[in-house]
Amino acid sequence: MSLARGRPSAPEHQPASFAFTEENLAEAKATIAKYPAGRQQSAVMPLLYIVQRQMGWVPVAAMDVVADMLEMPRVGVYEVATFYTMYNLEPVGEYLIQVCTTTPCMLRDSDGIADACINHLGIGWEETTPDGKFTLKEVECLGACANAPMVQINDDFYEDLTPQTMVGLLEALARGETVKPGPQNGRHSSEPEGGPTTLKGGA
Amino acid sequence: MLQDKDRIFTNLYGFESPGLDAAKKRGDWDGTKDIIAKGQDWIIDEAKKSELRGRGGAGFPSGLKWSFMPKQRPEGQPAFLVVNADESEPGTCKDREIMRHDPHKLVEGCLIVGFAMRATAAYIYIRGEFYAEAVALQKAIDEAYDAGLVGKNASGSGYDFDVYLHRGAGAYICGEETALLESLEGKKGQPRLKPPFPAMAGLYGCPTTVTNVETVAVAPTIMRRGGEWFASLGRPKNTGTKIFCISGHVNKPCNVEEEMGIPLKELIERHAGGVRGGWDNLLAVIPGGSSVPCIPKEICDDVLMDFDSLREVRSGLGTAAVIVMDKSTDIVRAIWRLSKFYKHESCGQCTPCREGTGWMMRMMGRMIEGNATIQEIDMLLEVTTQVEGHTICALGDAAAWPIQGLIRHFRPEMERRIHAYRGSAAVAAE
Amino acid sequence: MVDTVKLTIDGKEIEVDKRLTLLQACELAGAEVPRFCFHDRLSIAGNCRMCLVEVEKAPKPVASCAQPIADGMVVRTRGPVAAKAQKGAMEFLLINHPLDCPICDQGGECDLQDQAMGYGKGISRYDEMKRSVQEKDFGPLVKTFMTRCIHCTRCIRFMEEIAGVPELGMTGRGEDSEVTTYIENGLDSEMSGNIIDLCPVGALTSKPYAFIARPWELKKTETIDVMDAVGSNIRVDARGREVLRVLPRLHEDINEEWISDKTRFAVDGLTRRRLDAPWVKRDGMLAKASWQEAMEAVAARLKGRDGARIAAIAGDQVDCETLYAAKLLMADLGSPNLDCRQDGMAVDPSVRASYLFNTTVAGIEEADACLLIGCDPRHEAALVNARLRKRWRRGGFKVASVGPALDLTFPVTNLGAGPDSLSRLADGQGGFAEILSTAERPMIIVGAGALARSDGAAVLGAARTIAERFGAVTGDWNGFNVLQTAASRVGGLDLGFVPGPGGKNTAAILDGARSGEIDTVILLGADGFDTAALANAFVIYMGHHGDAGAAVADVILPGAAYTEKNATYVNLEGRPQHATRAVFPPGEAREDWAILRALSGVLGQPLPFDSHAELRGAMQKAVPHLAATDEIMAAEWEAFGVSGAMADTAFASPVGDFYRTCAISRASVTMAKCSEAFVAPAAATGTEG
Repeated sequence: MSLARGRPSAPEHQPASFAFTEENLAEAKATIAKYPAGRQQSAVMPLLYIVQRQMGWVPVAAMDVVADMLEMPRVGVYEVATFYTMYNLEPVGEYLIQVCTTTPCMLRDSDGIADACINHLGIGWEETTPDGKFTLKEVECLGACANAPMVQINDDFYEDLTPQTMVGLLEALARGETVKPGPQNGRHSSEPEGGPTTLKGGA
Repeated sequence: MLQDKDRIFTNLYGFESPGLDAAKKRGDWDGTKDIIAKGQDWIIDEAKKSELRGRGGAGFPSGLKWSFMPKQRPEGQPAFLVVNADESEPGTCKDREIMRHDPHKLVEGCLIVGFAMRATAAYIYIRGEFYAEAVALQKAIDEAYDAGLVGKNASGSGYDFDVYLHRGAGAYICGEETALLESLEGKKGQPRLKPPFPAMAGLYGCPTTVTNVETVAVAPTIMRRGGEWFASLGRPKNTGTKIFCISGHVNKPCNVEEEMGIPLKELIERHAGGVRGGWDNLLAVIPGGSSVPCIPKEICDDVLMDFDSLREVRSGLGTAAVIVMDKSTDIVRAIWRLSKFYKHESCGQCTPCREGTGWMMRMMGRMIEGNATIQEIDMLLEVTTQVEGHTICALGDAAAWPIQGLIRHFRPEMERRIHAYRGSAAVAAE
Repeated sequence: MVDTVKLTIDGKEIEVDKRLTLLQACELAGAEVPRFCFHDRLSIAGNCRMCLVEVEKAPKPVASCAQPIADGMVVRTRGPVAAKAQKGAMEFLLINHPLDCPICDQGGECDLQDQAMGYGKGISRYDEMKRSVQEKDFGPLVKTFMTRCIHCTRCIRFMEEIAGVPELGMTGRGEDSEVTTYIENGLDSEMSGNIIDLCPVGALTSKPYAFIARPWELKKTETIDVMDAVGSNIRVDARGREVLRVLPRLHEDINEEWISDKTRFAVDGLTRRRLDAPWVKRDGMLAKASWQEAMEAVAARLKGRDGARIAAIAGDQVDCETLYAAKLLMADLGSPNLDCRQDGMAVDPSVRASYLFNTTVAGIEEADACLLIGCDPRHEAALVNARLRKRWRRGGFKVASVGPALDLTFPVTNLGAGPDSLSRLADGQGGFAEILSTAERPMIIVGAGALARSDGAAVLGAARTIAERFGAVTGDWNGFNVLQTAASRVGGLDLGFVPGPGGKNTAAILDGARSGEIDTVILLGADGFDTAALANAFVIYMGHHGDAGAAVADVILPGAAYTEKNATYVNLEGRPQHATRAVFPPGEAREDWAILRALSGVLGQPLPFDSHAELRGAMQKAVPHLAATDEIMAAEWEAFGVSGAMADTAFASPVGDFYRTCAISRASVTMAKCSEAFVAPAAATGTEG
């Protein structure tokens, strides 16, 4: 997942071929239909996303399938897949923990969150635990700054964390529990803690 | 202080359902057909009267921008409203709340604004990380289609208008309008050269206007209550309400819709529980998202939160994302972290940004501990001016300004660190 | 009437075409604006930011390469604003550049070096770690040193836009962006070498030429390429007796500024498998001999022999002077058996329009529809294909083919494999007939794959019928074209190096040699047919490479390759051009005309010229248009071809392996590597699939 993306990483992981599942193929076709005729290339990002949902990451063979499906140069897909940070170009763990460390989170101790993850999981950035459960990644601002510090785990945001709640979250996930996304300190969303200063009477 | 009756985003915090029925109760989709019946010119005129300025950061007058779209097009050529929901400016988390809690304001806004600019469809480009928000927004779009509010004969207006959601995949630069269009066309998000401007040749080469979520979402309410109502809030040319995102060293970080031009101190103290440790513990504030220069406490004491007031103090309202830093802050590191952000998010297309963001970040990195020379502060400043204004898009400027703000207001602190570092190095050498 | 605008550039008022960019306007005003990414044959990228200039009333300096001009613009290319921008960009380009000029092959011909002299600081203020980028494998031709890359994207744009093989891209982003194929396949394009010229730094250099020479050591000779019939203008760079590299030379009407990879890279074949001494067969074995022994052996064979038993076949790279001298010699020997069409192409030597590319290469840009008959322009004439692609990119250009279905880098509708499809088209059937008949300037390109076969004359006739039927030949437009593949061919036909009255053509000569009717065959660099047919004949091979022809020879007379002689070649358009000697022939080898002149002396009938100049003068007197260098004499439209039955076999291109089509390219190690990398895998897939 490093940013030097001039050639495919982890060739030993790369499968020789890729095919969409029937269901995903139908979704891919429906996605293509959202764009005007002849503009099917617009669907490259959603299609890569569907690949990632199916595989957990985006192998080169899948990029080629997407390119051929959209009648675009394969290198155009490689460019897209390596440009956007959300595409995992090698396999990741069951839980991808993305820790935001940009300034608004940094000011609210994202260092403590990062250390909690690193120490608890015993892995560094861009690494996966030996059991394949967790991959840790440092990411840029995820746009939940009023609920900093926060992490994204797979699709979900977990906000208003402390090192302690972060470890608790990791432990719960390791036990196979689901944890409700959002603020982990009792806040509803991005209202001031303890209750809103506006809109108190309802709409 | 803004009264609740003048707040537009009455479900900002999601205490109520984002669904269509609840949205209608909040006033959304009320008389949409009648608004459209008043015609394109009327809508644009009201927008102009409201003095609404774009909420994405640049603050360009919205009515004027919408009027740039061609009134006549060749037969069969579509035109597009593209909604910029790629909210990624550090500190900024307002569009997210609109999309997950009040999405119908945006969907209705798409129809009204899209109609006003004679667009045939809207594409909403939402950042890929906003998964829950995309789900909520797609649900609202689906509800609107099912209720006949958009699509063929949208809201019974006789106007056909489609709304599509397109998810990004992790690239701040796609918030730049032409990079967003490239991305939407299935390419890397690399900004285009201008001219041609999107209003002439945008998405798929067709007339296109790219507009921020909040700008579009406030439009229906402005049309219903009138441009003059909106203009009566705030100060001339800096009108209306605005969602402020307050993060960092405050007691209660939050998003809040307030009147444009509210004093920064009042904003923080009234809604965010004040600066951690009290107002006097304030070091500096980045008042408009990561791209604008920080301002030290003495400016924060009485500055107003609007476009022109913040411009006067050589900063900017930007996205109105207020990042508060108290006296415990390592200000050099805080700004270095932004340099790291811009280096990470530079698309790599043009030279000054591709090469300059890394250079600036590395110099800033040394400045944290003071491993530099005094002259290097000037060199760093010069490098920022070599980037600023020389790039294809504004990311270069955005990378330069935080550092310029730091040097403008905190040069003594940077020098202190250099002296301390060199002093300790000299001691160690003895 | 061109709309113009007036603008002021560095204080100088200038009125220019309003369609120009500001950069072009600046150039016209005499203001030199630095640039890296801009290239006038590629799309505008505007990414290097070197060409920033100050425009009055603009808030920021503008990239002049991408800036439309407007009336009244006031521009400063040298003021403090522009200078700061340009010097800033220069500094940024250099901070991560390794500055390893002493070990860089681009040294001495590097845009970055040159412009750093003008806009650089002289010292580096960059105190951080420099970036290093992993090398890439672009195949046998292009060597990469990507740490030097300045991300101008010229190579990416060339591959996509001109070559039509979009295999290069920029992956990743920010300072970690890399120009790459990503999957590490070689660049599978016959035009890939041009990115070496386009690269403004030493990121992409020539792999075969790596660390061979510095530009200032080289003797540069402007000449003509003979790897195909296009006549690309080239510069041959040599040191001592060795040709080290070939570069394109600008000719807007032929190759623009591109050349094919074979033209560029086959030159290592010039030093391998060369015939550098005369050889004479003694006791069934070829042995090295002196020129005198060789000449005597030839004279002994030819003297007093019935001309009807003698024949001559010219190969694909023979120059006009040699052909003319050989034709005179054959006349003196009393033989009508001569042919310059070793492939047997059934064009009509008496009707020039029947064998020329009448539309001209540049004329392709005027056409609005194109029918390809039995040809593969991408591999038979890569620069013609590049021009077809250029025309296609502009839009409104439909192309169809009869023959093999091919990837020509642009869409081609395949109408069928062989003559039956041609007949249907001639009858006006099918959608493409409609396109041809509505086209204003349709063109037809007939290849050797359609004409070099036993029914070639009938195919030629059918092609002419189609051309006439669909209005491809009108007063000011000749859309009928033959795609010659041999550099010698049009010259040979113009000179009449074809069977005289009662004489035999190539096929008949070979039959005659098999039957014994012909017992002595002179091969002028001719290797491109089944030489086993000559097993019983006495073969005199004059040429430069030990290829198929030399293998069956009884006497070998070592000649000069195209880089080793001053010579006239006529390209497929009918355009005479001059090749210039860059190096001397190796060893005992001699220029071909001189060999023939000497031989005629030994035979006792000296040819009527004593110098190359005299020979050329005589030739130009015999065929006057050969004197009109670089001009095309339009051919008269007359009847040609026959109307008759065509076979039902499919057309096939004569070029199986683009990289190995002549004795030189077959001797080239570089071409062998390309063949292995690009042709062999494709062939393997073809048979297995």
